Amino acid sequence: MVVTEAVSAPLEEKSGAKVRREVLSVVVRFAGDSGDGIQLTGSQFTMSTALIGNDLATFPDFPAEIRAPVGTTYGVSAFQINFGARGIKTAGDEPDLLVALNPAALKVNLDAVRRGGVVVIDTGACTPRSLRKAGYEGNPLEDGTLSPYQAIEIDISQHTQEALGDFDLSQKEKLRSKNMWSLGLVYWMYGRERQPTIEWLRAKFAKRPEIAEANIAALNAGHAFGETAEMSGGFGGYSVAPADLEPGVYRTVSGSEALAWGLVTGAGLADLRMVFGSYPITPASSVLHALAGLGEFGVTAFQAEDEISAVCSAIGASYAGALGVTSSSGPGIALKTEGIGLAISAELPLIVIDTQRAGPSTGLPTKTEQSDLYQAVFGRNADSPVAVIAARSPTDCFEVAIEAVRLATKYMTPVIVLSDGYIANAAEPWRIPDVEQLTSIPVKFRTDPEGFLPFKRNEETGARDWVAAGTPGLEHRIGGIEKDEETGHISYDPANHQRMTDARIGKIAGIADDIPEQSVELGKDRGRVAVVGWGSTYGPINRAVTKLQDEGVDVSHIHLRHIWPMPRNLGDLLAGFKHVLVPEMNAGQLVTLLRDKYLIDAQGLNKVTGQPFKIAEIEAAVRGLED
Amino acid sequence: MNVTTKTPLTDKDFASDQEVRWCPGCGDYAVLKALQRALPKMDVEKEKLVFVSGIGCSSRFPYYMANYGFHTIHGRAPAVATGITLANSDLDVWVISGDGDGLSIGGNHLLHVLRRNVDLQILLFNNEIYGLTKGQYSPTSRVGTKSPSTPRGSIDHPISAARFALGAGARFVARSVDTLQPHLTEMFHRAHDHRGASFVEIFQNCLVYNDGVFAHFTDRKVAADRQLHVAHGKPLLFGENKDKGLRIKPGTMRVEVVNLGENGVGEDDVLVHDETDRTVASVLAALEPPEFPVALGVLFCKPGPSHEDALATQQAGEAPPPGPADLNALLRRGHTWTVA
Repeated sequence: MVVTEAVSAPLEEKSGAKVRREVLSVVVRFAGDSGDGIQLTGSQFTMSTALIGNDLATFPDFPAEIRAPVGTTYGVSAFQINFGARGIKTAGDEPDLLVALNPAALKVNLDAVRRGGVVVIDTGACTPRSLRKAGYEGNPLEDGTLSPYQAIEIDISQHTQEALGDFDLSQKEKLRSKNMWSLGLVYWMYGRERQPTIEWLRAKFAKRPEIAEANIAALNAGHAFGETAEMSGGFGGYSVAPADLEPGVYRTVSGSEALAWGLVTGAGLADLRMVFGSYPITPASSVLHALAGLGEFGVTAFQAEDEISAVCSAIGASYAGALGVTSSSGPGIALKTEGIGLAISAELPLIVIDTQRAGPSTGLPTKTEQSDLYQAVFGRNADSPVAVIAARSPTDCFEVAIEAVRLATKYMTPVIVLSDGYIANAAEPWRIPDVEQLTSIPVKFRTDPEGFLPFKRNEETGARDWVAAGTPGLEHRIGGIEKDEETGHISYDPANHQRMTDARIGKIAGIADDIPEQSVELGKDRGRVAVVGWGSTYGPINRAVTKLQDEGVDVSHIHLRHIWPMPRNLGDLLAGFKHVLVPEMNAGQLVTLLRDKYLIDAQGLNKVTGQPFKIAEIEAAVRGLED
Repeated sequence: MNVTTKTPLTDKDFASDQEVRWCPGCGDYAVLKALQRALPKMDVEKEKLVFVSGIGCSSRFPYYMANYGFHTIHGRAPAVATGITLANSDLDVWVISGDGDGLSIGGNHLLHVLRRNVDLQILLFNNEIYGLTKGQYSPTSRVGTKSPSTPRGSIDHPISAARFALGAGARFVARSVDTLQPHLTEMFHRAHDHRGASFVEIFQNCLVYNDGVFAHFTDRKVAADRQLHVAHGKPLLFGENKDKGLRIKPGTMRVEVVNLGENGVGEDDVLVHDETDRTVASVLAALEPPEFPVALGVLFCKPGPSHEDALATQQAGEAPPPGPADLNALLRRGHTWTVA
């Protein structure tokens, strides 16, 4: 059997028996109405893919509306997964397979599909009315719209209803199982086990077993359809071999889950209880959900009345000796700004998670962007530096969260962690670490009253002592008002304010000596082109640079975790490249920082469409650099 | 077994070494003194006391107490205080706020700390003016208040702090006056005894920007007729000779003032205070001169589960930090698979 890149795999086989074609990697996108259960379908397919041992990356893409009017293009929900026998770094540029459960899903997603890719469309959903609603003037099944693709037209609606003929359910209820019928078909296409999904359905609908059984019947029927129906000249589905993953125990994890578990683990490593104050906001609420109910792990998750209360409750918790953490998205972080300033001034540990979303104000709440870098680094009144770190992928969130705990407690400072909507919702396989092997985070509360001065600094770190309120003999007062550099009493002394400002800045700048030097992800440490990224552009940059290097292009990939302060060698490192290209899902924020800090002619590659970068876009930008 | 004998604390043990910087004659001095006098009798541990304030004249209060103190940001003291109790419910937390801090910029937090019934005390210093920003009208200022920002008189209707608290679901609401030292002290004791959020409104005179704004019921000459000191189970009587009372006007749901001995009205006709009834408390809180006296004392006290108690019943209270074994178990919950 020949192993080929899926992107060039033709669907047709020579006539004869059905043969599974082995492919290296595949991109599949499920799309339908926001009420069609597309995200559930995607997450089940993800689980089955993980269990078979493929590497994978997912991209859930859904509207802000919970149930937009049925059949409209703005109500379309999609879930994309890229999986393969090789390492997978992105959710894929172009789907090889699109499953469209209605005309609107076809309308919105067809352009993304690779020319020659497979499009499965539910013809039963293509009524004249639904076609009009989707904005089709003609019928895409007949007018050549699908001719660049390999269309598999199936009346999924009809097949689902027939499969559920014996169930005592209304027609509407039966049609709800369309997604499971489609999933069954796709399971067959990729040779997947149905049993884990069957078990999951029985658990999910434990209180309504008839619904569970109907969904299982639909899943089985879709699978059987694949086995028995004649499709495109003996098409026998695909086979994707397990990826060569490092031995260990694995699970799939989304960025929000990894972030939440990283925080709990970081708190555990520091022997601290955690108080997590948060207010619901898309796409950050999943961190709150992941932490709620972890009371037995020393976590108090508090849904505050607003963003301000969320950050202030976290600050109060740190003052009382717990690890205070708050979480939101851009607009909510803006509301927390004054509170972050208080934590800077009172010099208390605070972790602020920013799951970035697109646009100013409400913007595009469910779409991803990296446009809060300025807000994180600069967005406060007065000279108010904090540490800023960024996660590059769902699994990276775990380590980044632990690093945030380390920095916040060691330096008595707020640490802003930048995630984004893509990272938060996307999932990938994760080799679960053994917590016994992780480095503990030494936190020592001051308990000795002898010589205690609330704002006296540790000579090495510049941090003051952490005193948990309630400690006998150390009663003292702190606040947001400027304070004496040692006693912490209110001080309006001009020279003292100068020294305190310098000390706060110096403390954060000093973190640069306590973080690893910047490494090069791929390629040489000097040369023609460095592609410098941060956050979720990691995947597309890494794939693009790999491909270019395979062609012999002189290009390296550098990816920042520590945004502020920057690694101490970064300036020298970047100076070794002729071109510094900075792809960002914003109008150019890191690139401005790099230009300002290192006086280099870094160039931006910027995109704010609410969608992650495509590998091809970054490749093209590198190719376009002229000497 | 070690037996430790604690030296009894005095008011001086609660005073910090910082010079008090309120204007001479400010009502805040009296409140500070009253609390410093009340605390030694409350069986409190000095290090467990935490004073949390926002911004404003009254919010400087924590600096003058020799305990833990956190002078936070404008309006947010209830939120910071909530976080403190979430981290350590053993702490004895007092929120110090003013009418601008608590009812304007921080109104939302005050509402929610009360409805959650977080176990802490809230002292709201109401002087019906913004002092620290030099005299603008506040959310409790009466209509027509002339101030730098309202030179032609304010047009906004004032909010009643006690009615706000009752509406928010507070389970303890009391009122006092800066000059009534023994009464203030008693209110602090009652507030501290109540488990849950205790709200005390203190009418406090601002000598500089709003002097005498409460004189119509605090002035010695009128106090007896304009102050109704309520006590649970006691008739609602006031006046120099306790010869005035409140009753429901027959055939209506209105409260009226009656003179004992007139028109056949006796003490039995007068309403008796029930501090466990929210409706009674709402009526008392709404009484205003000149038709009615101002009700002072514990208007409402009906303890219910505190936020801390409710959390504890869900085992979401204060479990110790997780160890590696707990964390390994957490990370392996759900579907996992092994790559050999």
